[in-house]
Amino acid sequence: MVGPAYFVALAVILFVIGGVGVLTRRNAIVIFMCVELMLNAVNLAFVAFSRLHGNLDGQVIAFFVMVVAAAEVVVGLAILTAIFRARRSASVDDANLLKY
Amino acid sequence: MKHSTVLALGQAAETENLAFWVLAVMSVAAALGMVLARRAVHCAVLLAVIMLSLAALYAELGAPFLAFVQIIVYTGAVLMLFLFVLMIVGVSSRDSLVETIRGQRLAAGLVGIGLLVLLALVIGHAAIGPAASSTAANSAANLPGIATLIFTTYVFPFEVTSALLITAALGAMVLAHRERTRPKPTQRELARLRVASGRPAPLPGPGVYALHDAVDMPALLPDGTPSDLSVSPVILQRELGPGESHARPPTPPAPAGELEAGRSDNTEQPEGARW
Repeated sequence: MVGPAYFVALAVILFVIGGVGVLTRRNAIVIFMCVELMLNAVNLAFVAFSRLHGNLDGQVIAFFVMVVAAAEVVVGLAILTAIFRARRSASVDDANLLKY
Repeated sequence: MKHSTVLALGQAAETENLAFWVLAVMSVAAALGMVLARRAVHCAVLLAVIMLSLAALYAELGAPFLAFVQIIVYTGAVLMLFLFVLMIVGVSSRDSLVETIRGQRLAAGLVGIGLLVLLALVIGHAAIGPAASSTAANSAANLPGIATLIFTTYVFPFEVTSALLITAALGAMVLAHRERTRPKPTQRELARLRVASGRPAPLPGPGVYALHDAVDMPALLPDGTPSDLSVSPVILQRELGPGESHARPPTPPAPAGELEAGRSDNTEQPEGARW
């Protein structure tokens, strides 16, 4: 049986990959997907710790994280479509009206 | 009897090991591909792979409820929302390789490596022990246990969640709403515009009856010349390669050359423009 430490290590790797994606990508939707990947990685860590301690609190927290992530995706994608309508671009470099 | 059950347990553990390693490698590879893929649609598909393998990992960790919620909510709803918005917003948009801030990619890679080292040190020092053998998180009591926790200990966050969801739905409606900047044209105005455009009748349909009744076949006018208006420009854009355009006979010479020219223009377009 693979111990929970392996799952936590996998969660760490996925979290870091998602973070690098957020920092490097330019397309706002892809950045959003990378944020989702980070949330999923944290969920995996929650479930692994729930398994480690043998209680269900971690799973409940992961469930709440999923709910919040769903709400966040809805609002975030609506903002993205609004920006796309105004600027005709999904790149984060083009949303620079507040610069300077 | 006992020996066989022990053997079966050992085999189950072997299978779980194998499943973990396969899923771990698959999800990490998909995550790397997601960060590296240029097309946003490819990123979405790879994210689906990651989410499905995470669902399988949840099931392996003894969380069947979360595994199914992961598939239904994430892969079913969130990812489909992503794909819808991708279809509206940025299917053709690729990431530009121009760095707005110089050295940003390198810095981001360094930050990622630093974060990885930091987290690996923390996890390595934490001495995470083996899984508890208690029954609370086991699959038989999983769903009733989660329900009990949600409606007792976590009932207040659960109620707050409903407020959050309603706010999110309202916010999405407000943000995605588009105000009409000019009044909607009435039927009378539309009819006037149509007559004023010089073509009150609809465009001619494609195809020559009883000979070539195909959508990519221009209709013949009464004097025998083919009508370009009868073929949808979308079809010309999506024209198949030269080996597959067998539906077009060589009989109408003049427009065929024109269409060929248009087709070759279209095939020379970059791949992204076809999306």
